Amino acid sequence: MNIINIENIAKIYEVGTEKVHALRDVSVKIDKNEYVAIMGPSGSGKSTLMNIVGCLDTPTQGLYDFAGENVSQMNDNELARIRNKQIGFVFQTFNLLPRSDALHNVELPLIYAGLSKALRRERAEEALENVGLQDRIHHKPNELSGGQRQRVAIARALVTKPSIILADEPTGNLDSKTGEDIMTLFDNIHSQGNTIILVTHEEYIAEHAERIVRLKDGLINQDEKVRKRIRKTSAQMESN
Amino acid sequence: MLKILFDFKEGIIISLKAIKANKLRSFLTTIGIFIGIVAVTTMSTAIVGLEEAFKESLSAVGSDVLFIDKFEWFGQKDWRYYRNRKNITYDQYEALVEKYHKAAAIAPVERTFGRTVKYKEKSAQSTMIYGTNEQFEKTNGSIPQTGRYMTDIEVKASRRVCIIGSDIAELLFENEEAIGKEVKIDGVPLRVIGVFEKKGSGFLGMPSEDGQIVMPLKVFNRIFGTRRRVQIAVKVADVNKMEEAREEITEVMRIIRKVPPGKEADFSINQQDAIMDAYNATIGVVATAGIVITILSLFVGAIGIMNIMFVSVTERTREIGIRKAIGAKTWSILTQFLSEAAFICLIGGVLGVIASYFLSLVISKLLPTSMPVSIVVLSLFISVLVGLLSGFLPAYKASKMDPVEALRYE
Repeated sequence: MNIINIENIAKIYEVGTEKVHALRDVSVKIDKNEYVAIMGPSGSGKSTLMNIVGCLDTPTQGLYDFAGENVSQMNDNELARIRNKQIGFVFQTFNLLPRSDALHNVELPLIYAGLSKALRRERAEEALENVGLQDRIHHKPNELSGGQRQRVAIARALVTKPSIILADEPTGNLDSKTGEDIMTLFDNIHSQGNTIILVTHEEYIAEHAERIVRLKDGLINQDEKVRKRIRKTSAQMESN
Repeated sequence: MLKILFDFKEGIIISLKAIKANKLRSFLTTIGIFIGIVAVTTMSTAIVGLEEAFKESLSAVGSDVLFIDKFEWFGQKDWRYYRNRKNITYDQYEALVEKYHKAAAIAPVERTFGRTVKYKEKSAQSTMIYGTNEQFEKTNGSIPQTGRYMTDIEVKASRRVCIIGSDIAELLFENEEAIGKEVKIDGVPLRVIGVFEKKGSGFLGMPSEDGQIVMPLKVFNRIFGTRRRVQIAVKVADVNKMEEAREEITEVMRIIRKVPPGKEADFSINQQDAIMDAYNATIGVVATAGIVITILSLFVGAIGIMNIMFVSVTERTREIGIRKAIGAKTWSILTQFLSEAAFICLIGGVLGVIASYFLSLVISKLLPTSMPVSIVVLSLFISVLVGLLSGFLPAYKASKMDPVEALRYE
């Protein structure tokens, strides 16, 4: 059963009188527990695709079916509901609320889901523990390192138990060592049965995935499985 | 419904954080509302106080009493027009008593103000002195607390007796018993037979009833002369037939004063309602001016709130993007910013009410008033309403933001 079923979608922006085809004709299917990297140079349409996959935006043409629901025709509030329940976002710039502590940041999606305070707290603490930040729950973003911030963001993405985790350049603002730690965390999350979609332009990051979809000029250029080289890498790291 | 309450609660928690993060700005913003609310509250308190004071000072004069006088209270014409009318005389009063039998009480009244009353070494100044008959008790409504009122025999026999107001009694006799003592007015000795009950202060300079002295009309004429105009106070038997009584009395008085048919009457029949009407007209103007000023100040405050909320929304574009990305619906964002605006205004409102409370303490030195709870509730309601109205456009703008654009905002 596909979680994501995208058929012939196109996204056309109108800039003045000119029409910009950010996506021309893209079809992609993603299964449960897949680990997919979306790659492409800037202007290839990968951001646009990520926004559509993440239900932040809707396609101009084509069909997008998410876990059996047609999201291509949904209104803003229905899209918000899908994002809240089904999608966990991890951004390059972390995008935490600066005035709120880690716990409240992780609780936030649960607030919009309408959970009770006690339940919210319990699940947020559990999520923070899963990313190894049980000692930092009352720290504000500016009291945390980049890697810790991204862990908070990952905990926030996981706390709703979403169908997919959508990570946009999650290591882009981190040094390579911290970036590697974060990728290991993603690998573990994947091994726990989660579906991960990774948007990146770094080859070595993409190699953590099992499958790489390459975009070029608004079209899918290449869509291939990755040989399990990544497993070796991570095994190597562990042995080091 | 529960969902709405939930959103509001969360909205308030979020907005509290935002207000805390921008303490100074929120405080400055709230000053506009603060001033508006002080205006609302103080204005209403003052108006309520004026009304109270006025009613209090009028309550003694019954609304079922007609005053026949050459002057018209709050007349439309020039004062000289009324002054040039012929005085109403004592004979005309007697003629009225003879011809008109439906009254519950009729009293001829002459008065003089600013007289000094003496008792031994002590004296009371600026008293209001009435010369009248025994029926004045009913038309005036001043009841002796101790002693008694004068009788018709005392009036007819022109006995030198008087009933004095409580302020005069306190001033002249302090702890002594006043009844039976002799006071002197212009050298004429009068025996005190009664002391009126205390009425409290007069309204804005109107002479207080506690400073009055009542005596038989003939005695009054002997001391002060007979050239004053007489006012005739008629207490109507049936309150529901005031208009009828008015017409009948007008008819009788026209005959007595020999006013030819078709000519305008050369006297006026006044009623307490006239004072009330005049008062209402005045207070109406005051209230309208007050409301305009209040609305203006609240409007300025509202613009301030709207302005700062627009700034706040723009500043927090990214935050709005994050919230939307993780599932905040349009309604949730709208609620968040609306509660923030309402809350800032409510703070201004609460501060305004507190300030007004202290102002009302000052006002209460002039007017018998305190700040009514209803005005407090109204003020707080208005401040929240202003917040919701002025916060709506910025909140709407926030709620309609495109999450992709908002997340990209630097």
